[in-house]
Amino acid sequence: MNAPDHLPATPVTGTASPGAGAPPGRGEDAGQVSAVRAALPRAVGGGLAVIVLGCLPLLALTIPGVLPGYTYEPGTLQLLGLCWLTAALALTYHLLLGVVGLLSFGHALYFAAGVYGLAVVLERTDIPLLPAAAVVLAGGVLLAGVIGAISLRVTGISFAMVTLAFAQAGNVLVRRDPADLTGGEEGIALATGGVPDAFVGVVNTRNLYWVALAVLVVTYLVALWIERSRAGHMAAAVRENETRVRIIGGRPYVVKLVVFVLAATLATMVGTAYLLLQSGASPAVSTADFTLTILVMVVLGGVGSRWGAVVGAVLYTVLDQRLGEFAGSEAVAGLPAVLRVPLSEPMFLLGTCFILVVMFLPGGIAGAASRAVDRVRRRGPRGPGGQGSAGPGERPVAEAVPS
Amino acid sequence: MSTAPTMNTNVLEVRGLSARIAGQEVVHDVGFEVPASGVTAVLGRNGVGKTSTLRAILGLIERTGEVLLDGRRVDGERTERIVRRGVGYVPEDRDVFAGLTVAENLRLAERTGPHGTTPERRRLVDGLFPDLVRRAQQRAGTLSGGQQQMVSLARALLNDNRLLLVDEPTKGLAPRIVDDVAGALAAAARTVPILLVEQNLKVIERLAERVVVIDAGRVVHTGPAPELLGDPDLIQRLLGVHADGVEPPGADPATTAVGHQKGGAR
Amino acid sequence: MSTLILLLVTGVGLGGLYFLVASGLSLIYGLMGILNFAHGSFLTLGAFAGLAAASAVGQDTWGGLALGLVVGAVTGAAAAAVTELGLIRPLYERHIEQVLVTVGLALASVALFEGIWGPNPRTVRRTEWLTRTTEFLGARIPNTAFLNILAAALVLGVIVAFLKYTRYGLIIRAGVENRAMVTALGIDVRTAFTLVFAVGGAAAGLGGVLATQSLNYVSPHMGASLLIFAFIVTVIGGMGSLPGAAVASVVVAVLQQLANYFLANTGDFIVVLLLALVLLVRPSGLMGRRAA
Repeated sequence: MNAPDHLPATPVTGTASPGAGAPPGRGEDAGQVSAVRAALPRAVGGGLAVIVLGCLPLLALTIPGVLPGYTYEPGTLQLLGLCWLTAALALTYHLLLGVVGLLSFGHALYFAAGVYGLAVVLERTDIPLLPAAAVVLAGGVLLAGVIGAISLRVTGISFAMVTLAFAQAGNVLVRRDPADLTGGEEGIALATGGVPDAFVGVVNTRNLYWVALAVLVVTYLVALWIERSRAGHMAAAVRENETRVRIIGGRPYVVKLVVFVLAATLATMVGTAYLLLQSGASPAVSTADFTLTILVMVVLGGVGSRWGAVVGAVLYTVLDQRLGEFAGSEAVAGLPAVLRVPLSEPMFLLGTCFILVVMFLPGGIAGAASRAVDRVRRRGPRGPGGQGSAGPGERPVAEAVPS
Repeated sequence: MSTAPTMNTNVLEVRGLSARIAGQEVVHDVGFEVPASGVTAVLGRNGVGKTSTLRAILGLIERTGEVLLDGRRVDGERTERIVRRGVGYVPEDRDVFAGLTVAENLRLAERTGPHGTTPERRRLVDGLFPDLVRRAQQRAGTLSGGQQQMVSLARALLNDNRLLLVDEPTKGLAPRIVDDVAGALAAAARTVPILLVEQNLKVIERLAERVVVIDAGRVVHTGPAPELLGDPDLIQRLLGVHADGVEPPGADPATTAVGHQKGGAR
Repeated sequence: MSTLILLLVTGVGLGGLYFLVASGLSLIYGLMGILNFAHGSFLTLGAFAGLAAASAVGQDTWGGLALGLVVGAVTGAAAAAVTELGLIRPLYERHIEQVLVTVGLALASVALFEGIWGPNPRTVRRTEWLTRTTEFLGARIPNTAFLNILAAALVLGVIVAFLKYTRYGLIIRAGVENRAMVTALGIDVRTAFTLVFAVGGAAAGLGGVLATQSLNYVSPHMGASLLIFAFIVTVIGGMGSLPGAAVASVVVAVLQQLANYFLANTGDFIVVLLLALVLLVRPSGLMGRRAA
């Protein structure tokens, strides 16, 4: 493959790299202090947002056309819970693609391991929910460790293909169901024996909503922690230039494997919560198409941006649901076939939208947002910003992945 | 630097050329001229951006600045357009197509159009490289380094070019082969002006009339070749002979070839 | 013994279908560095268009099949060429974005096919001969296997001749080795890009119509399911190597058939294991020159 070209990648959300932006001569401490000072309001804002989202089940809010009903209704909470879990899953993919620059076509495998793993353990044993989830997570670590160790021996497109192949094997296993565990094409329903009553039934959707929100917060914080840690900086260095990391004595393989296993394990955790929320497992979550939709979400949001991944996933999930409703509406049914057929296929509209974003909106939503912010800021002293200026956050995807 | 009045005596003019590889600027604000005849040599230590300068002229890497061919701006054009305006390129590492036969390599290089292949040019190539005629059906990947260099040179000489860009043609070749290549270049230089990147000072002395010295991506010296070659102090200052462990250019072609920074993204 | 013969011949027949998809994938990757996820859609579109054309004459006649194959190939080629010109070319040299666009196109087009032709498979009518079997070394081989083998061999021959004896073939072979140097010889490789897409699309469209004859149905998802195996074939064979794709197609399909029969339906698994093994031992594939 060709060497990466163009500009060096800039993470979208300015991470608190020590010394960055510090006045010369004042050293690292000053940089860290200013970074902390900048991070504090953001942390407060994030906390407030989580509190507001946490209160939604207690409020009677709605957004006509976006939400199916009021926020205390189970249907709405179900959709929002699905949004948070999808966002969490997109964040785990962000760790791969955005942080360490790995293009994987097999991420669904680890999510499906969580969904099916927990479903099978709950169905076949008497282990209660939490220990069962712990067992499944341990299994997830093992699975990701073994497959990651093998797949990461190759890079670029070959890596993508190996991950695709392993995930495909998982998909075949789930659908063929040789050991009579996964229910084949039908999938399996959640066995509620070991699950606390608070998480069972439509009346308790609220509790599942909070679980989903908690999973998203935990995933976000872990992603944040990974990116800020030494391993995260190493990962960014590997993404930029693997050879250089090797020359200065770093071990790209280990860095990539650590991030890969972490991302996969988090995906497994999200999968366990998904089983509870959906109260069942279906083979669709193990397909290559499912991985591709996660990829689509991350790219829509903007590769390299944490909040971009969250926004992309929420937008995608809502659009997917609402476009489905729209497709069945009378307004569409009355259209001539040329318009009706495409409009009645949500995936067609999402796919087209995705193509347009890739072609005309480099950096996705996050990139567009940071360009808009730049333009506003620059309007003061220098007039409208020049065209093609690479503002922070504008990262063509090609640079995220060493090919 | 001379400007407007000398416009038509220069086949190539480069002004304010900068180029980047993987986001890193490797050529900074380079400017020089290549007269319409003879050999102009580009000199400099390893990794100072000589190869990148040639690649930037051709648009093979991202660049800004002005490149004028026969007084006409070409820096906005795609590589193949620039080449079709009569620029032959003999790249570093020859870059012959290893899986293709010698004949196929040459056939691929033949162009139509005003600066394309002519019968006289074919005769010139056949005369200069009789070995290639004999080996027409051999796969280029099985040729020796010197023979591959001949293929690479022949590809450029087949066309009625306005200018040749030749990048380190003697790199990694045995001394006797270096003489052959230099001889072929001397013959070629009688028919077309050449911009030559070369580390071997003996080859420069034999071929070049003018020199352009690049250091850290910038032009630091231009002038007649004898002026530079006759001034050991200047050579030492510009090319780092004996300076802090950098190998002398041209001392030994076998050693100067090692440790060379690869030009760019492919 | 006759079982083994049956498995081998049907395996080679299936390999023929894989090759029709993998040949285009391999050429496109080799020349342009793009993994084309939309390739399955070229196949599906070719299949639907080909069958529609065949219906005009009669799906169960030889004339209908011949017309269907031609229309399938032309449709596949046209869809692929339009894709290259409209979606791939504007993203020149931005490989990951190009791959992403093909991903989006694959998702969108399959949904569109579902909207137009319905999500479920439809049975097709075949000429009487193709529904029968022929005795070969004691085994009763479905005649579709022979059709697939013949078509794949023809396509292989045509592509090899095209690469060897035409100027564009020369440009494509050189471009697979070193694309930058081809432009530095004054050649506009973008024409060759469109051409490999068209050739690959034609092979895929042809494969689509053939697949409907073997499967006895046509569905919006047939391209996607063949594509996964074609990817595996392409990687095992060595991305960019046409002979590699041909050999790997046969190896993968035969192995799949044998394992499905003798090892309790584990064909898909064995293939994935083979892929992992090949990549670990020889990351550039059986006949690939360079690792991706």
